[in-house]
Amino acid sequence: MALLKKSVCLWIALAACLIALPCAYAQPQEPDEFATLVDELATGSLSKRGKTVDAIAATGHERAQAVLHALLQGSLQTTRSTPKQVVIETTNDVYVLAANGESVAAKALGRTKRIPIHNKLRSQIKTLMAQMNLSAVDAGVRQRAVEQMISDGVDSDSIELLQTLQSKESNTDVRDAMTAAIALAQLESSSAETRLTAVKILRGSLYPEVRGPLEAIAKHDSERSIRVEAQRSLDSIDGKLKMFRLGENIFFGLSLGSVLLLSAIGLAITFGVMGVINMAHGELMMIGAYTTWVIQQAFPNHIEYSLFMAIPAAFVVSGLVGIAIERGVIQFLYGRPLETLLATFGISLILQQAARSIFSPLNRAVSLPEWMSGSLQINPAFSITFNRLYILLFGLMVFFALLAVLKKTSLGLKVRAVSQNRPMARAVGVRASWVDAMTFGLGSGVAGIAGVALSQLTNVGPNLGQAYIIDSFMVVVFGGVGNLWGTLVSAMSLGVINKFMEPFAGAVLAKVLILVLLILFIQKKPKGLFPQKGRAAAD
Amino acid sequence: MKLKKLLKTIGVLGASCTLALSSITANAQEDDTIKVGVLHSLSGTMAISETTLKDTMLMLIEEQNKKGGLLGKKLEPVVVDPASNWPLFAEKTRELLAQEKVDAIFGCWTSVSRKSVLPVVEELNGLLFYPVQYEGEESSRNVFYTGAAPNQQAIPAVDYLMNELEVKRWVLAGTDYVYPRTTNKILAAYLKAKGVADEDIMINYTPFGHSDWQNIVSDIKRFGSSGKKTAVVSTINGDANVPFYRELGNQGISAEDIPVVAFSVGEEELSGIDAKPLVGHMAAWNYFMSVDTDENNAFIDQWLAFIGDEDRVTNDPMEAHYIGFNMWVKAVEKAGTTDSDAVIDAIVGVEVPNLTGGTSKMLPNHHITKPVLLGEIQEDGQFLTVWETDGLVAGDAWSDYLEGSKDLKSDWVSLNCGNYNTKTKKCVGATAE
Repeated sequence: MALLKKSVCLWIALAACLIALPCAYAQPQEPDEFATLVDELATGSLSKRGKTVDAIAATGHERAQAVLHALLQGSLQTTRSTPKQVVIETTNDVYVLAANGESVAAKALGRTKRIPIHNKLRSQIKTLMAQMNLSAVDAGVRQRAVEQMISDGVDSDSIELLQTLQSKESNTDVRDAMTAAIALAQLESSSAETRLTAVKILRGSLYPEVRGPLEAIAKHDSERSIRVEAQRSLDSIDGKLKMFRLGENIFFGLSLGSVLLLSAIGLAITFGVMGVINMAHGELMMIGAYTTWVIQQAFPNHIEYSLFMAIPAAFVVSGLVGIAIERGVIQFLYGRPLETLLATFGISLILQQAARSIFSPLNRAVSLPEWMSGSLQINPAFSITFNRLYILLFGLMVFFALLAVLKKTSLGLKVRAVSQNRPMARAVGVRASWVDAMTFGLGSGVAGIAGVALSQLTNVGPNLGQAYIIDSFMVVVFGGVGNLWGTLVSAMSLGVINKFMEPFAGAVLAKVLILVLLILFIQKKPKGLFPQKGRAAAD
Repeated sequence: MKLKKLLKTIGVLGASCTLALSSITANAQEDDTIKVGVLHSLSGTMAISETTLKDTMLMLIEEQNKKGGLLGKKLEPVVVDPASNWPLFAEKTRELLAQEKVDAIFGCWTSVSRKSVLPVVEELNGLLFYPVQYEGEESSRNVFYTGAAPNQQAIPAVDYLMNELEVKRWVLAGTDYVYPRTTNKILAAYLKAKGVADEDIMINYTPFGHSDWQNIVSDIKRFGSSGKKTAVVSTINGDANVPFYRELGNQGISAEDIPVVAFSVGEEELSGIDAKPLVGHMAAWNYFMSVDTDENNAFIDQWLAFIGDEDRVTNDPMEAHYIGFNMWVKAVEKAGTTDSDAVIDAIVGVEVPNLTGGTSKMLPNHHITKPVLLGEIQEDGQFLTVWETDGLVAGDAWSDYLEGSKDLKSDWVSLNCGNYNTKTKKCVGATAE
């Protein structure tokens, strides 16, 4: 009995100590503990790092969020020398100490190494950050935090948190997301009434995580009325999804069409207007793409604006190469299409191998500016990727600019005159050979511009051009040789047809089918969609 | 000697003297050198991958010569360029074996090129060391497969996804040619054997260099949003990868949601692209440049010094050539001759250190033992190893998961047959598919 009393006493004393300790020492010790934890991030295995991350989040320290964010972004770094310092690289070569945010000189650190994380850790951090971000100032951050919670699955603790936050939330989008998150969690409620309201709330909700649980309820719920309601909610979701899929497919098609348009529009001038079968057209695009890379290498700190510099540069470089090709080879071969085809094919091989010798056979890394990556989220089921959107707009801009050049400028007038009736144009004083060179240069320059756009979508390497040359010819022939509007319509329709065929035919078969359809079409209308009329079309 | 040379120099014109001297040395070389054929495309579409392997071979040969050559003779590389042209691979092989009389060939990348070379190597009884991961279903007496067979890359990667990441739905995406088709066939059979339902497997093929991934990625996103953990197993070939990963990133699919495990994306491919959209996605190989062993660090230093460019990387097929070349050297030393038949007999059982800290061994089926590593792509284009097999995995020529192939066995020592049917107890011979 005495022993028991003694131990109880001890317990009380110990408990008192435990309570007193944090009160007495928490304030001065907390930053130290946080700093130790941050330092621990630099060493140890990945699984240990996971535990440290949890501990850091649990401290509730004001810098915890910044450190975790940096770890996620890969900007949390450690020095190679010991003792290891953990720093955050805020911008290129500017560092602050992770634990307290004081800035340090890059020189004092020596070489730094990124602290590696893997997927498990990455999703762990995202989940932790989501809870911290729920009360962030920026509505977009709050929105993403709620969406992250939806995809992680909402438990009963977070329901309460979400409910309290929701009552204070001012932004309607965030509030809607919270409603969906709460309803999604309530689907598992034991009360039939709660489930029923949740099912009704989720009607038409487009979060991909909603469909699965709703389907389960529609099939297996004990209450018949809830099953019926769930089915109705599902039908409404499916109806919306169908509509958005259609919209998505049309956008995909137009976007593919814009790439086809860009790659074909230069050819529409050299092949369409001048009648030169230029097999090196793809390589002129490749030159444009490499120009983008060179510009990015020359101005590594201005990646965001590099494209605006690359567009005129690529136009000039490809244009000059085009003029050189025209003056050097093609001008001697006018009226001999077969020889032109072989000669330009040879030029294309030479240019490819030149790229291999100058830039190495390896692909070059062209980085995407920040504003080109990511997507415009219209709703959880429908988003438009920025790079595709910009390229679509850019393609149309190039098209109309070119149209204006051909219709409104004196060069355009001469180009049309020479292509329609060469002897007559010369008779009225047009320097036909100069116009030929300029026209070919214009077409080549536009190919260079297309290369800039392609560098944002695909590899920049010696083989870039080959992938697009067949498609380019296809578009020009389908649209009608010599007609720019035809090129626009044919590029867009080929794009859309392709994208509507792909889901059920597969990418390989869709391409084959398009070619078969094109052959059949050419049989029926040999001059394409918009044949040229009048005397020019006679030959 | 010196005086003689001096007199000679006085006697004849300087230019003709050098000419004479060089022709003498050339003659001398022909007599006591061992010729090694290097059959990698230096132009055309495959130059992107194969040029590096040519350089690797030159480096290995130079290194061996510094150590005193082989059997007291210098090694002499004979480099030819098959220009990514499959029939030309066969012609160049004939040139190497019949005219140049090389003692071994190190080369090929694509399976098509290997299939094109195979009959020539067998006819002229040459030796071919093939350094790239491939679809299996082949075993030739004259070919040594130092790259991974499917059970050394694809199957362990799928096991990792299934056991560690608890993946339940599978997208098998590949470029439309023989390697992805066979690998996916094996993987689909394997997954079904593990109880994965048909509706949880989506198979998708795209043409070479496919660049418009919009609706395929959107399909994958939809396929992956059913609530079950989804992963993509990618056999997408080189050039098509960049637009694929970019599209994944742009459509907001991160590696934590739907990880992509690739079998054709290595350090070399990553060095040519902006790796940011790929961070967290995975690749399965038998070697990573980031593996921290003494052998590997020495190899990397040697490579950077040889190529004279600090930014170059090493990759899996390079390690395969390293292993293959060292095995051949050891086998020639063991046999005491470079004669094909003697080397084929001697090489089985030869063990050489690989670069990841183990010892690889040539097996009777002419495949080798290798560790399997799974790495996550980091922002700098390197891999962070997240998992590896406990020991080395023996390469299996004939998959255990395909009808018609699971009964076949390859053993060039006791059976002297590349496709022995264990049920009918017969060597199927050249008729086997």
